[in-house]
Amino acid sequence: MSVTAENITKEYIRESKGTNRFAAVRETTVTIESGKLTVLKGRSGSGKSTFLNMAAGLSRPTSGRIVYDDRDIYSLSDRELSRLRNEYTGVIPQGQSAIFSLSVMENVLLPFTLYRQDGGEQKARELLEKLGIAHLENAMPRELSGGELRRVSIARALVKKPALILADEPTADLDDENTELVFDLLKTAAHEGAAVLTVTHENGAEDYADALWRMDSGTLEVIK
Amino acid sequence: MKRSKNIAVRNIAGKPLRSAVLVILAALLSLTVCAGTLIVRSLRSGLDSLEARLGADVMVVPKEASQKQSFENIVLQGSTGYFYMDKSLMDKVTGRDGVGKSSPQFFLASASAGCCSIPVQIIGFDPDTDFTITPWIKRSYGGELGLFDVVIGNDLNAFVGDSIKFYGVDCRVAAKLDKTGTNFDTAVFTNADTIKQLIRASLDLGMNSFESLDPDNSVSCVLINSDGTRSPEEIVNDINVHVKKVRAFRTGDMISGISSSLSGVSDVIGVMIAAVWLLGLVILLLAFTMSVNERKKEFAVLRAAGASRGKLASVVMQEAVITGLAGSIAGALLGIAAIVPFSKAIENALGLPFLTPDIASAAVPAVMSVLLSAAVCALAAAVSAVRISRIDTALILRGDN
Ligand SMILES: Nc1ncnc2c1ncn2[C@@H]1O[C@H](COP(=O)(O)OP(=O)(O)O)[C@@H](O)[C@H]1O
Ligand SMILES: [Mg+2]
Repeated sequence: MSVTAENITKEYIRESKGTNRFAAVRETTVTIESGKLTVLKGRSGSGKSTFLNMAAGLSRPTSGRIVYDDRDIYSLSDRELSRLRNEYTGVIPQGQSAIFSLSVMENVLLPFTLYRQDGGEQKARELLEKLGIAHLENAMPRELSGGELRRVSIARALVKKPALILADEPTADLDDENTELVFDLLKTAAHEGAAVLTVTHENGAEDYADALWRMDSGTLEVIK
Repeated sequence: MKRSKNIAVRNIAGKPLRSAVLVILAALLSLTVCAGTLIVRSLRSGLDSLEARLGADVMVVPKEASQKQSFENIVLQGSTGYFYMDKSLMDKVTGRDGVGKSSPQFFLASASAGCCSIPVQIIGFDPDTDFTITPWIKRSYGGELGLFDVVIGNDLNAFVGDSIKFYGVDCRVAAKLDKTGTNFDTAVFTNADTIKQLIRASLDLGMNSFESLDPDNSVSCVLINSDGTRSPEEIVNDINVHVKKVRAFRTGDMISGISSSLSGVSDVIGVMIAAVWLLGLVILLLAFTMSVNERKKEFAVLRAAGASRGKLASVVMQEAVITGLAGSIAGALLGIAAIVPFSKAIENALGLPFLTPDIASAAVPAVMSVLLSAAVCALAAAVSAVRISRIDTALILRGDN
């Protein structure tokens, strides 16, 4: 699936600043390519998460379009767009993102259960195994450390083998060994055909990147 | 046990304390309505049944009875008593204009009988003219009452076929009456011949304060229906003006006192229900708001994983309806359990006739209160459901950075 941002801008209203409107992302046209791991770097507050959320269908651009193949996703109804996100998109949000009443396994299988679909257990076990938390399958989120919770949300984003993977600082609270593991996973997913975009501050990330972007005050620059 | 895959169910199970609070609140709401409605209904049917038992427009009693051991006390307070007037007075009374059906009754208070730790009221009626007690007895007993046959009120501790002694005279229990919720439930009924024998026995034993009474020439009260040409009011006035040594009154006046206490009790219950509901609604609103607010991030995650806005709202509503229904059903059952078995105690405490409906009729207010309180839970949750369906997912997901 090709995912293209066509001239997207996201403006926010800010009471405190002199200018009321300011652009978190401005006039950006770029394609997240299938089969590639794209790394997005940039200072904190430069608009990376804003871009990623727009690409995920979670935040409507002020202007411009996000196009999956030929579909302008923000022209869809909320129901259709949600279904699309469930089917084609794996989002790894910033911070922890567990549902606390569900076990680790159930958290990972959430994209299936949300639409009453069966299956996914095998892929889920495989991912938990790779992420080194297979033994926590039946644990509840409150028993997990921050790094373990992080890996649960990574497994959840990948479990449906989505065509588009959007990761927002997925390794923020992981040690080097696990960081490497996660980048390996993302890389594998990309080479299996997914379009993968990850925001990161990790220094070694460039080594994994098939494409490298940099965000600066809302302006995106393609470096590689 | 297989765990439910439903997220709402899991959220309820995952937060037992929060869920318990919601369930208890819902239970409280339906308990107040169910119990309150049952009390008001029971009072109303108690009043209806008293009205039916009195069954006559006008009552005439000897003048002295209106002071000491009055008819009202016997009927309304459940005290026992007896009083008599000369039969010739009855003929004077029934001869007045406007009097239609009329029938005498005869009263006697038993000394403690076999069935009863306390004295019971014995009421005799004339089977040839009676129009108030016979229809009631017919519902429990098809036959004619013979000499020394008695029919007993529902609260008395004796059974059909038992024999009870009054003033040394053995009587046979021919039937037990339906419950009325009034003091008639502790009374004993006989025909005129039987009660005259019992009165005579009480006189012989020296246990009747009317020492020189001739039972054959006395009656205790006369029940009168209007023939339609005069209103009960006019009949009462006419008798009170023209017949000495008796007092006539409208049964409606007796009941109107009860009616007004009843509406007083209803009002108090209404205010209590309103207060509990207002408070309950506020607490429910707060509870749902808090419960949803602290899980904003979880809802945003659901959304990121593909839940539509409608799905988020439906999770909140399902949580509310499940806890609300569970609590409401528990509350309604509790309401029935708190009222039905204790109807006698409530009757005594309120001093009003109190006839609890049977289980089938109690089911109506119970189901109604369950629906009402579950609906209020849903309404309180709807506010939060709408709010959560409008969340800015992107804002929340970048929140802790
Ligand atoms: N919902 C919002 N309302 C107002 N300002 C916002 C909102 N979301 C993001 N911003 C602002 O937009 C800018 C970019 O934010 P973000 O995309 O989260 O940056 P990054 O992920 O690169 O750290 C920041 O200055 C942030 O304060
Ligand atoms: Mg960010």
